[in-house]
Amino acid sequence: MNMLNAMKRLLAFFCTCLALIAPAAMAADVIAPDVLVRDVTNEVLAIVRADKAIQAGDTHRVIQLVDAKVLPHFDFRRMTMLAVGRDWRDATPAQQARLTEAFRTLLVRTYSNALTQYRDQVIDFKPNRIADTDTRVQIRTEVRQAGAQPIGIDYMLEKSDKGWKVFDVVVAGVSLVTNYRSSFSQEVRSGGIDGLIRSIEDKNRSLESEQARK
Amino acid sequence: MKNNTLAVPGRSSLGRRLLPLLASTLLLGACASTPRNPDDPLEGYNRAMFSFNEQVDKVVLKPVAEVYDAVLPTPVHTAIGNVFGNLGDPWIALNNLLQGKVADGLSDMMRFMVNSTFGLLGLLDVATEAGLPKHDEDLGQTLGRWGVGEGAYFVLPIFGPRTIRDAAAFPADMAANAAWNSSHIPTRNTVTAVRVTHERWRALGTEKTLEEGTIDKYAYVRDFYLEQRRYKVFDGAPPRVYEDFNGASAAPLGSGVDTAASRAVENLELLGSGGAKLALRSPADESK
Repeated sequence: MNMLNAMKRLLAFFCTCLALIAPAAMAADVIAPDVLVRDVTNEVLAIVRADKAIQAGDTHRVIQLVDAKVLPHFDFRRMTMLAVGRDWRDATPAQQARLTEAFRTLLVRTYSNALTQYRDQVIDFKPNRIADTDTRVQIRTEVRQAGAQPIGIDYMLEKSDKGWKVFDVVVAGVSLVTNYRSSFSQEVRSGGIDGLIRSIEDKNRSLESEQARK
Repeated sequence: MKNNTLAVPGRSSLGRRLLPLLASTLLLGACASTPRNPDDPLEGYNRAMFSFNEQVDKVVLKPVAEVYDAVLPTPVHTAIGNVFGNLGDPWIALNNLLQGKVADGLSDMMRFMVNSTFGLLGLLDVATEAGLPKHDEDLGQTLGRWGVGEGAYFVLPIFGPRTIRDAAAFPADMAANAAWNSSHIPTRNTVTAVRVTHERWRALGTEKTLEEGTIDKYAYVRDFYLEQRRYKVFDGAPPRVYEDFNGASAAPLGSGVDTAASRAVENLELLGSGGAKLALRSPADESK
């Protein structure tokens, strides 16, 4: 009897230990992609809604916000590769790094500014079927607006060893990444990879000086 | 940074200013370099018309839309959009029916009935709240569904990006939307002006994103339009394919190879490599 009691207590102890360990182990695991998209979107929009400076178009401030909250979840190397297309293979690692940096700057500035236009549109998060074995998923959201068809915004994510990373954003059926491909390959045809790098960097510089003048 | 000092030029002076511009841009377009994009054999003309449209937008459409934005409160903008949206629903219903999407077509007819009555002649979009979503259909999409090819990319004066197919269908869309219009000419002109202004107002802000985010605005707008049209025609059905350009599997193509050929090679490559390159099925596809 005593022996049985002791075993029971031991078992209970183990169970308690497991119950304590399990959530900790799960927390160390990656955040599910749909949860990630929803949480980041809600957090960022809540900040924009409350921040008068961002709403007034304060570029510096909105870029800070995007830098801190959004960018850690993006894979810019993958995005640049998809935007450049097959010419990516001909680029040296150094060129690839410079391209990624330039394209990243272009995207961040452009879409951070677009975020200042956000007012009070409602974002719907569509149900997603995600299997545990998936390494690439599409998270669907919709922006609802009165009197018009809702606009779909889909996030494409890939699983990496650093968690899920967004590598494409598809707005109303159009990939904001691969849509660059034909203008990029045109630049490569006329000026090589370095020509493409130069034209993106020039664009970034001109936007920067424009914003500095304001 | 709103342009509040809006000079409204009279019709004749506007014509005097725009016509030479139109003529010169067309001439420039005629001697532009040979096109390289298989979707865009008319690139020379299209680029010229695109920049002409940009000028018209800068001088007329955008300033008027900015005044419209500043003068009217948001609920009025919404109500105006709802009224135009409601008047467009029967045509959308017909196009859905012509494409065999009976449930969507009936839903659009319900929308029209609900919004015209409970929605106070369309001022309110109560149908959306009631679970009848607004659809986006037009004759160009219907023709596309029927298998009519899109033809070359084609920029219309003022109305902007189309394909040959969509440009041919466009007058019918216009006529369908104008069918509600009054035969009283001044009223009709006012309604048309408000409609155009409202459409431009909806896109305010996007020109900044386009200006800042692209290195070739024309090409970006073209590719955006074409991809979005294909998406709309097939209601999201064409699968999206993501390649991995890190692999060294393909022999590099020479710079002389045209885009169509290299695209064809890319497609073959995707088919050949099986599971390594995953085609994400779109949700519309899955639901069938």
